[in-house]
Amino acid sequence: MLFSSSELKEGFKIAFEALKTNRMRSVLTTLGILIGVIVVTVIVSVIQGLNTYVTGEITSLGADTIYISKWPWMITDYESYLKVMKRKSLNQHHYEFIRENATLASCVVPDVSTRGKVKYKSETLESVEFVGTNEIYPETAGVMPEVGRFMTSTEVDFRRSVCVLGSEVANQLFKDESPVGKRIKIGSHPFYVVGVLEKRGQIFGESMDNLAIIPYTVFQRLYGTRRSLNIQVKPLDPELTPELIDQLTGLMRRARGIQAGREDDFAINQQSQLMDIYNNLTRVLWIVLIGIGSISLLVGGIGIMNIMLVSVTERTREIGIRKALGAKKRIIMWQFLVESMMISGVGVLLGILISIGISMLVRAVSPLPVNISAWVIFLGVGFTVAIGLFFGLYPASKAAKLDPIIALRYE
Amino acid sequence: MLIEINTVTKEYHMGLEVVSALKEVSLQVQKNEYLSIMGPSGSGKSTLMNILGCLDTPSAGDYFLNNANVSTMNDDELAEIRNREIGFVFQTFNLLPRATALHNVELPLIYNGTSSSQRREMAEAALERVGLKDRMTHRPNELSGGQRQRVAIARALVNNPSIILADEPTGNLDTRTGDEIMEIFESLHDAGNTVILVTHEEAIAEHSDRIVRLRDGRIERDEAA
Repeated sequence: MLFSSSELKEGFKIAFEALKTNRMRSVLTTLGILIGVIVVTVIVSVIQGLNTYVTGEITSLGADTIYISKWPWMITDYESYLKVMKRKSLNQHHYEFIRENATLASCVVPDVSTRGKVKYKSETLESVEFVGTNEIYPETAGVMPEVGRFMTSTEVDFRRSVCVLGSEVANQLFKDESPVGKRIKIGSHPFYVVGVLEKRGQIFGESMDNLAIIPYTVFQRLYGTRRSLNIQVKPLDPELTPELIDQLTGLMRRARGIQAGREDDFAINQQSQLMDIYNNLTRVLWIVLIGIGSISLLVGGIGIMNIMLVSVTERTREIGIRKALGAKKRIIMWQFLVESMMISGVGVLLGILISIGISMLVRAVSPLPVNISAWVIFLGVGFTVAIGLFFGLYPASKAAKLDPIIALRYE
Repeated sequence: MLIEINTVTKEYHMGLEVVSALKEVSLQVQKNEYLSIMGPSGSGKSTLMNILGCLDTPSAGDYFLNNANVSTMNDDELAEIRNREIGFVFQTFNLLPRATALHNVELPLIYNGTSSSQRREMAEAALERVGLKDRMTHRPNELSGGQRQRVAIARALVNNPSIILADEPTGNLDTRTGDEIMEIFESLHDAGNTVILVTHEEAIAEHSDRIVRLRDGRIERDEAA
């Protein structure tokens, strides 16, 4: 054994006495560590919460749906932006071609949209999203009608003026009335409401319920065919997604008449790409934030070292007495290490408690599921020992190396 | 032989200059001797005391304490020897200001791993020997100078050391209190302890049986008092 139990106890006793005697100093030093710990744990927890939130939002887009569009979701440089801008729109022929030939797809859905007014009696809603699509839309969007029904293939094929409303639109237009069977105006054209979708909530702060869905055939008659379509495709089996993407690429190239060796003039988007985009955008930010947090912890540690050096100088004579009475180097070291670990221990402990409070607050006022996880607490305990040891070691060894003769004479 | 010092030299480096504080000093002390080391300041008596007290090692020569060669020991071995063999009494008492009298006396026992119950028993007994049993829970600033020095003496003898080494033990005390302290040393000597006093006061040295006089780092005279 390195220490006898009485030596261990003496170390704690001395450290405790010392901290008690210099109360203000101890509190201020502890504060340095405390702030560092709060910064680090809160940053780590908020990052984790944000990641969980974004992953959840992206998944809610419809788990395995593939989106064929004119443009990719993410354009990273100006050159590719210019190239992409010149692309021709996707139209219903592309959609029909995909629908007939994509053997690995379980459903193919067109999707074209614009914004405008929706009116019912005296009630007018501005800036509602009009979506033109077909009867399979609920499958790719992962949403079902809550009241009434969705439109049918007959209504799509025969260009019937029917619509399905998002829950927000329905609530605002109809208040207490039942919307089904009512006549409303979308843009300047009359439509019959056949159903209302279930509430979908927000994605990245934008409502998913502020929309009116009509047959894409009707949409094109009203708004023309120049607007680019998106084609939503769901695989027969999620595991077939890569094969489906290959097939869709081939079909689209054929439909668009692209010669071998030339680039695609369309984009195949997937939600996993969004995740990649998010990760790329935030990675550097995380590193910077964690770096800032670590620096504040480092500053706290330097505070400990500073105060321990003062403590060693103040207690030079005490060290001399203890050495004269037979205290070995490691006992003197232990005494000062306990003191520095006590300071950092109290700082880390309080820091974690306050961080838990802050995370509860963030959770209450924001949609972020911020949580202090167990590993953050383990990390905290690790930090305590590490900071206490690292920043206490030099002052402690300085104390241990003091010459008892000189230390005894110190005034 | 309890103490055997053979041609011990101690040199200090002051910049480029080498100062010899002790020059080939030889000294022998037997068990239960009561001796004083005297000399004017700069005579090397503090250096000799530091070496006798195992706070320092000689530059040359040997120091045998209970037949163990102290001059070759490292810091931790010296700490252990000090703890076991030496009981220090200082001019300025050197008590821990925030610790009670009892805790101050217990300190040497803490460093040799004595159990806490036994420690308390031994510390109480030592304080009783110096007549301070009723002041055990007092802190040094609640005690008079004489009482403080008695706490220091209790601390010095609690471990039953081979030597009690007192450096100007009455230097900070008035004459009457100083006499009381000297009586305690006398009684310790009578009880079989080896006592070494370091002093520059003739009257104090008179209490001992043997006086070693130092001058310029050498033993000038070594005689019975």
